[in-house]
Amino acid sequence: MKNLQEQNTQEEQSVFTAQLQRRSFLQYAGAGAAGIALMAAGCKKRDRGIPEYEGVTLDFKDDFGVLNYAYALEQLEAAFYIQVASAPPSDFTAAQKAYFQDIQFHEIAHREYFKKALSTAAIGSLEVDFSSIDFTSKTSVLGAAMAFEDLGVAAYNGAGVRLKDTNYLLAAGKIVSVEARHASYIRDLVSYGSFADLTTLTALGANNAGGLDAALTPDKVLPIAGKYVKTKINVINL
Amino acid sequence: MNIVNILEEIEKVDGEIYERLNPRRAAMKDFFNMSKKITLAAMPLAMGSLFQKAYGQTAPLSVTEVLNFALTLEYLEYHFYNHAVVAAPGLIPAGTPAVGAITTIRDHEKAHVDLLKGALGGAARPALAYTDFDFTAKGTFPDVYTNYQTFLAVAQAFEDTGVRAYKGQAGVLKGNAVLTTALQIHSVEARHAAHIRFMRSGGPNGGGAAIKPWISLGANGGANDTGIPQVDPVYAGEDLDVQTGVTITGIANGVTKAKAVESFDEPLSSAQVLTIAGLFLK
Repeated sequence: MKNLQEQNTQEEQSVFTAQLQRRSFLQYAGAGAAGIALMAAGCKKRDRGIPEYEGVTLDFKDDFGVLNYAYALEQLEAAFYIQVASAPPSDFTAAQKAYFQDIQFHEIAHREYFKKALSTAAIGSLEVDFSSIDFTSKTSVLGAAMAFEDLGVAAYNGAGVRLKDTNYLLAAGKIVSVEARHASYIRDLVSYGSFADLTTLTALGANNAGGLDAALTPDKVLPIAGKYVKTKINVINL
Repeated sequence: MNIVNILEEIEKVDGEIYERLNPRRAAMKDFFNMSKKITLAAMPLAMGSLFQKAYGQTAPLSVTEVLNFALTLEYLEYHFYNHAVVAAPGLIPAGTPAVGAITTIRDHEKAHVDLLKGALGGAARPALAYTDFDFTAKGTFPDVYTNYQTFLAVAQAFEDTGVRAYKGQAGVLKGNAVLTTALQIHSVEARHAAHIRFMRSGGPNGGGAAIKPWISLGANGGANDTGIPQVDPVYAGEDLDVQTGVTITGIANGVTKAKAVESFDEPLSSAQVLTIAGLFLK
């Protein structure tokens, strides 16, 4: 766990640096034919004198903001399942352990997909706060997993309409149905048959009479997710 | 399988089907000639290639067409479950959680039918009744309403198809307020799909079919993970592991091809979906 944290911190710093490099690039690129040498010089200068600022910023002015929002949520989910899968509650069955391994890898795949798709525009790594979860208790773990999955479904459903690029919209659609499958399975572990109990999801925007799942806009999702994140998440252009 | 019937169904959601086919009369002629020579079992594949020709280079559906397309699917799902609940005594084991689950799913499908009908108003396609369907798919699933496992297998195919169908239309609805509603239906269908899969595997106690709540890689690396070859078209392309140019297999330690495939559900085109739905229409 300590190694993981250290690695996260390192990644975070390198990504912050990368972001600033990109900003430098934009500044210097504006100067015209200044060329690579100037750009590189700009990077070095920035590397030495970065003003320290807290947290990450989700800028919803374009698709990158939405993708970074998804990246943040996937980071949170991946971190949670990595912790569960590495030391599951003792009363998990073999089948449950195996499926939580599966889910862990799905969330890691989602996280890494966004990181690669965003490239230099990706936000840094988030520091999570799971102090409210008792990882030795099946009830606590399943409750948290259910909250994460239902919130994830609500987040993707509510943010899809903001995406302008058809390919990214499709990618988000490919992910959200997998999150819904997770939610269904975990709800069935909590209470068999509650896989799509929309009456319990109205706070997340579900409508049982219409047979409609949860959907929440980012401004509603982030405060809920914020309970599990130490890193400050700044939001602009929402 | 009645090709004229299927074309009529497509015409209801895509008024331009014949125009799409028209410039390619040669393709139609070839198809009809060929269909005399091939077996019934190979028909879905042949149909797929026909529609590929019809739709390969043409514009996507309009928003109204997408909603009517969705309505067709919801009618199919609703009547499938409703008949199981009200008119197939002994099919769903009495006194088990399955009764509640299938009833819940039936109610959601009914809600979707009503919602889409309401949204479409006068533009809604003609209603479909139970008697318009043949859920044995012309004898492919003869015991669908007497054998519980067959019923669940067909249910799973419908739900996984539904998820793929909505996903395939996301691009048409991009930026439209209707998109959010469609996504809300889409993820409910995914919850259903996962539950039906979990039921098939025996639920919390296990002991059933070797199937996961999420769509995995099939035996021998195939796209169909259900072990039911008759539903191959439902899973065509589900084995994709490259997303917007990013290769998912190996993207991190432990992300095997199977995990990569499980992590992303794939879409189906409207033509692929209507070919599947057409197998269940009289």
